[in-house]
Amino acid sequence: MPDDQIVPRLTLVPNPENQTQMIVAQNLTKVYGDFTAVAGIDFTVAKGESFGLLGPNGAGKSTTMRMITATLQRSGGDLTILDKDPDKFGPQIRAHLGVVPQADNLDTELKVHENLYIYGRYFGLSRKYLTKKIDELLAFAQLEDKRNSKVDQLSGGMKRRLTIARALVNEPEVLLLDEPTTGLDPQARHVLWDRLFRLKEQGVTLVITTHYMDEAEQLCDRLIVMDQGKIMAQGSPASLIAEHSSPEVVEVRFGSDRNAAVAERISHIGDRMDVLPDRILIYAQDGEAALAEIISLGQHPVTSLVRRSSLEDVFLRLTGRTLVD
Amino acid sequence: MSSSLALPNEAVAIAEKRSTKRWANIYAGRARVLFERSFRVVKTSSWPVVLSGFVEPVFYLVAFGSGVGPLIGDVSDGYGHMVSYSVYIAPALLATSAMNGAFYDSTWNVFFKMHYGKTYQAMMATSIGPLDVALGEIGWALLRGLVYAIGFMTIVASLGLVPSLWGILAIPAAVLIAFGFASVGMAITSYLKSFQQMDWVTFWLLPMFLFSGTFYPVSVYPDWITNIVRALPLWQAADLVRCLMLGNISTALLWHVLYFAVMIAVGLSVATRRLTRLFMR
Ligand SMILES: Nc1ncnc2c1ncn2[C@@H]1O[C@H](COP(=O)(O)OP(=O)(O)OP(=O)(O)O)[C@@H](O)[C@H]1O
Ligand SMILES: [Mg+2]
Repeated sequence: MPDDQIVPRLTLVPNPENQTQMIVAQNLTKVYGDFTAVAGIDFTVAKGESFGLLGPNGAGKSTTMRMITATLQRSGGDLTILDKDPDKFGPQIRAHLGVVPQADNLDTELKVHENLYIYGRYFGLSRKYLTKKIDELLAFAQLEDKRNSKVDQLSGGMKRRLTIARALVNEPEVLLLDEPTTGLDPQARHVLWDRLFRLKEQGVTLVITTHYMDEAEQLCDRLIVMDQGKIMAQGSPASLIAEHSSPEVVEVRFGSDRNAAVAERISHIGDRMDVLPDRILIYAQDGEAALAEIISLGQHPVTSLVRRSSLEDVFLRLTGRTLVD
Repeated sequence: MSSSLALPNEAVAIAEKRSTKRWANIYAGRARVLFERSFRVVKTSSWPVVLSGFVEPVFYLVAFGSGVGPLIGDVSDGYGHMVSYSVYIAPALLATSAMNGAFYDSTWNVFFKMHYGKTYQAMMATSIGPLDVALGEIGWALLRGLVYAIGFMTIVASLGLVPSLWGILAIPAAVLIAFGFASVGMAITSYLKSFQQMDWVTFWLLPMFLFSGTFYPVSVYPDWITNIVRALPLWQAADLVRCLMLGNISTALLWHVLYFAVMIAVGLSVATRRLTRLFMR
């Protein structure tokens, strides 16, 4: 596939009540010792939907992911995956799932193609099926010429691609990806987006965590923003932007020593303002009008930019701009 | 990819077949896949590493049997027979090698794959169960123990160090011993959190090796120490193998067998109860 192909934006799938729910979590909780990593969250993922988990480091995304892949026992709440309780039917549930963990856990004692083969065997798949499937997956991961390499000889991005390919060996109905594109080059990222889009077209349900907001906008029908184990907001990317941000953003720079002083004088413009050390962000209904107003007050920014509001603005607003870890 | 989703998913069909069976949440009936993995790993690993487990007891036999043996002359086997020193230590070396291999596999190997290789984490994301993994790993340790035991017996028998035909039973005895140590080792591993604790556990193997009647009869100790040593698993193992290889057959041997049956039962039941702790953390 050509690298420059534009990935079509996924269309919004409504989430009506009668749709099959693949994952239903109610008051889902995970406690490590006296630390609560996931503090009673509720969400559902419908069949064919692509569902995103966003949140700052330590928000509890991976912990949630591991519970809904039936590999980590919950401490409290209710969880059903494909109508089954993971505590009682772990293997039966996992047969439906494809899992890409945040940290690669490839089998370093095996070669590249053996990683796919043995992983398929864990599912009980036949040698005949796997022989064909391995060729297909190696082509997908563009690792055909690394077939007989040791895993340690792969680059970081190649390992990531192999981990993703491995998750597809059982043709999963639900694919759960924890930061799938971290470490991938732009080409590989676009190839993966395209592949995920095609899987979605075939009816595969996707659950994705990512720190790339463009990726979340591109891939997710619906997402939740988590912070400190709780859900801060949920909805489609567009509805989250509409709800938590203004349509447009003006970014102006007056030089780091002047920003704070200017901010006071223009603070009435727009719906809301963020004063950062290097620039001022003004959230407004009409960005150009807001910029004109700033200039009419006699404030001439060194640089200015008017753009549409993005998921990143929503994320930063909901989870705070400072790094709390 | 495009057509396949219309078909019933093969992996799902395989998993559903077991859903009504007992232990469906921890066992998928595929422990043999772990064998398949281990076999591939051995095939690509270097031969010196594979051979080392087999060569070690042979080295001890040569060093002590041919080196120390002539200085000592014949020793009592504890059942009223005088035998050469090599004949005396060979059974204990087989028992020790069975213990070391199985215990190492179920402690260090499992611990390393758990915390560093993350190998089990990957397995647990598939439809295999933790009991499959436990059985597969223990089974592989036993298979390796069997191969090493056959190799060792071939050498000692060809050196004329096995006076009794009963000696052939030393091979299944070695596997039984390995099973006992592998089960208990896995149970212990489920409680351990760091390499230091791991070291502490395996530390006890060496004194047990030196003092369990391996190199001299336990009758040299005062009675109360003798009784303690006789309660240790390695003495039980060494005495069982020695009685078989020297032909001292009596129903008393069944006590040794019972000892290991209990080790297996206790080890497996603890390990099974703690499987999620072992493989899913
Ligand atoms: N095994 C564990 N024992 C104790 N605490 C844990 C464990 N695993 C995770 N945590 C804690 O739970 C919290 C959530 O971790 P989690 O990995 O789910 O975060 P995350 O949202 O995936 O973060 P990131 O974006 O950095 O991947 C963190 O504070 C982490 O320290
Ligand atoms: Mg994470």
